[in-house]
Amino acid sequence: MSTTAVPDVAVAAVDEGFWSRPRKVGLVLLALGVLAAVLFGALATGQQARFTLSETEGGAALEIHGTVGAILFGIVAAAAGGALLAGVPKRWFTVVLGVGLVAFVLSFLCWQVSAAPEGRNFMPMVNIVRGTFVLALPLIFGALAGVLCERSGVVNVAIEGQLLMGAFSGALFGSLSGSVWVGLVAAAIGGAFVSLLLAVFAIRYLVDQVVMGVVLNLLAVGVTGFLYERLMQTNAEKYNSAPRFGNWEIPLLKDIPLLGPALFRGNIFLYLGLLLVLIIHLALFRTRWGLRTRSVGEHPTAADTLGVKVLGLRYRNVLLAGVVAGIGGASYTLALYSFTKNMIGGKGFIALAALIFGRWSPTGALLAALFFGFADQLATYLGAIGSSIPSQFLAMLPYLATILAVAGLVGRVRAPAADGKPYIKG
Amino acid sequence: MEPGEIHALLGENGAGKSTLMNVLYGLYQPDEGEILVDGQPLKLKGPSDAIAAGIGMVHQHFMLVPVFTVTENIMLGAEQVRGGIVGFLDRRRARREVAEVSARYHLRVDPDAVIEDLPVGIQQRVEIVKALTRDVDLLILDEPTAVLTPQETEELLTVMRSLKAAGKSIVFITHKLGEVKAIADRITVIRRGRTVGTASPEASRDELAALMVGRNVRLTVDKQPATPGRPILEVAGLVVDDDRQIRAVDGIDLTVRAGEVLGVAGVQGNGQTELIEAIMGLRPTLAGTVTLDGEPIHGWSTKKVLRAGVGYVPEDRSVDGLVKEFSVAENLVLDIYDRPPFGKGLALRPDAIASSARERIAQFDVRTPSADAAVGTLSGGNQQKVIVARELSRPLKLFIAAQPTRGVDVGSIEFIHSRVIRERDVGTAVMVVSSELDEVIGLADRIAVMYRGRIIGIVGPDTPREEIGLLMAGITPDARRSAPAGGAATPGEATGGTTGGVAPAPESPGNEDEA
Repeated sequence: MSTTAVPDVAVAAVDEGFWSRPRKVGLVLLALGVLAAVLFGALATGQQARFTLSETEGGAALEIHGTVGAILFGIVAAAAGGALLAGVPKRWFTVVLGVGLVAFVLSFLCWQVSAAPEGRNFMPMVNIVRGTFVLALPLIFGALAGVLCERSGVVNVAIEGQLLMGAFSGALFGSLSGSVWVGLVAAAIGGAFVSLLLAVFAIRYLVDQVVMGVVLNLLAVGVTGFLYERLMQTNAEKYNSAPRFGNWEIPLLKDIPLLGPALFRGNIFLYLGLLLVLIIHLALFRTRWGLRTRSVGEHPTAADTLGVKVLGLRYRNVLLAGVVAGIGGASYTLALYSFTKNMIGGKGFIALAALIFGRWSPTGALLAALFFGFADQLATYLGAIGSSIPSQFLAMLPYLATILAVAGLVGRVRAPAADGKPYIKG
Repeated sequence: MEPGEIHALLGENGAGKSTLMNVLYGLYQPDEGEILVDGQPLKLKGPSDAIAAGIGMVHQHFMLVPVFTVTENIMLGAEQVRGGIVGFLDRRRARREVAEVSARYHLRVDPDAVIEDLPVGIQQRVEIVKALTRDVDLLILDEPTAVLTPQETEELLTVMRSLKAAGKSIVFITHKLGEVKAIADRITVIRRGRTVGTASPEASRDELAALMVGRNVRLTVDKQPATPGRPILEVAGLVVDDDRQIRAVDGIDLTVRAGEVLGVAGVQGNGQTELIEAIMGLRPTLAGTVTLDGEPIHGWSTKKVLRAGVGYVPEDRSVDGLVKEFSVAENLVLDIYDRPPFGKGLALRPDAIASSARERIAQFDVRTPSADAAVGTLSGGNQQKVIVARELSRPLKLFIAAQPTRGVDVGSIEFIHSRVIRERDVGTAVMVVSSELDEVIGLADRIAVMYRGRIIGIVGPDTPREEIGLLMAGITPDARRSAPAGGAATPGEATGGTTGGVAPAPESPGNEDEA
């Protein structure tokens, strides 16, 4: 017998009942939509809600009547929820869910913008988009570092430390040399140094990877904090005045309305981050290196029996992750601020959340990072227009969303099978 | 090894077969000695050297990445790439190669299927294709039939014959005598890391078994006809999910009576594990009832189930059955450590534990240096005896044994089987779950065959193996009559090599239909 044709007995399809996951999500979305239409609609004022395509109140703008907008977008969100509840084909699930959530946010914004005091009742879209990307940038680098590490089977909790070390060494060597490029290389090496410690202890000495990551974060805070107080505070002129990358305007693209001024007049880190997402995505799923990396993260023994050098590949990927995160850290000190103690302030852990939210894929991590960045930016904006919603409450929402996502509300989150498990031959 | 030869390596579990082959494949390094290929000594630093030398291996536990496609798994490690240093994968070429090899050797696989969606038999075929795309001359199959249904085993034997016809040499590692006799050209028997003899396939089963274990063993279980009494365990409409929330037990009804052995047969992963765990309270039941001697026990904690008079030998002894770091004596009282005479209030009573342990070590023939030795240092068979001793030392109404002799030497198998039958004869209801069909047939008074979470049939122990085998593959006698069981015969393959034994009859299901 060389064929597979053993007939199956009739097996009833697994009946998961009426309340499948899309339906549950749909119900929640429907409730949110109705809530938006009723509550936001009632609270919104009759003023126009203006979304200007510039940085100021003037210029071209999208306008909608506050109350009408809030109710309209609420209904759209509810309709999307209703569609999910009624059952849509699987491949449409994400699209419909996305439309519903965006409509909910728009309904909320119609209320907030229209209810803002005269003179501030407009939303400068350029600022919002730009701010979103600026705030998301360290998360993008951090999450990419996580992708590189964890796809090869090493848990990277040390992203925070890698970012911090990158920021520090970028500032220090940038100041000493007076060259941004020296600073950039130093930042990459600084991140890679933290990675090297992670790799040696996790891969060679089989130390628990999560514990090791936490220890490295503390180490990075301690070392950079100490040197900051000893060197940078006493002689900031010499040690903490790194040159900064200027903004590069990209010809043609910079003239695109909204996106041009928001995205294509940024600094090198913005371009580099977006480019890296693309490169790592292609490399992971289209190249030999990517196939081997994923195989080592899923089933290292299988890879080993086919002659793939498991440990070598893991070392290489962990170091590469350190380089990426180190550059991410430099996006602070070589473009925005001078170094301060513990300046990453937990962004590395949020990057870890973005990595999980984005399901260990580079593009997913990008979207998750942008989502976090947008929420952050929105909280700032609402504070500026004197919103009645406490900004802390808004700042909390992204993490609530992460918990829901990780708990499996939006599809099952599946880590690489060998993530965090050291490989011992034989 | 000669070209175009099938060489069987026969030995008990733990005899060193797999270790030897892992050395040959470059996974382990030899301490001494050398390997000769075409007269040349070969130094293998890793599997890539072995592959380069024309040696391929199909491991007992498949070396396939579950989330990859067939093509991705086959190309891994030997990727065809374009674009120089960047190394873009040339999937089209790889897919073509897979199709070519599978057509040449009649090994049908879908290059784009994801491994985890494929049945075990097909996964094994992917492994063989993987080795063949690497142009191997020598293929090592490590216990290839352990996870297969009898029909899949028959298919595999046919594949092996056609590979042999194509001039490939095969090393076939197994401890199943029937398969060896059906396919091998030459047999080498290994015991405790040494070659103890070579034999030709004409040697009788008893001769081979004697060589393998070093003494004559009984291959059947002696027992009297059962005298079933009242129903003890009754399961009705039971529905259980597995760890991935996928339906594993899909509405099962069964009854086990006092004084009978119900054997549960089936290929691994058809819900047997989940069924047992649900009965034991280790896994939530989604629907249905489980009653023990008239009392509903579903939803009970495992401790309560055990105390109600259920003995349980779990299928994975090292994970679920024993605490490896604990001593033999401690493991013997894991179930009743808090009851007199072993525990009093908050304290344990070491003297009572030790003396009871000595007694049971003698009673159950546990070979251990002392009662204080860590149980993890014992051999598999003796570990299993510790579990059986613990579970049978309580007054039981129901005894459930899952894979009671997996990875256990022949001597211990015999002992454990006799204890199971003795337990039946004192009037306990016994349920034995095993993926070894011979074990089920030998022990059971009735055999329930599980397929995809359901009991597809309950038959007597004198039912022909082939029929049970078909049930294990999901084919009921009715289905066979109404629809021709598909499967084209392999071109030009004779099945004349079979000389009886436990190997499935050489007829394919298709042939039976024509009859």
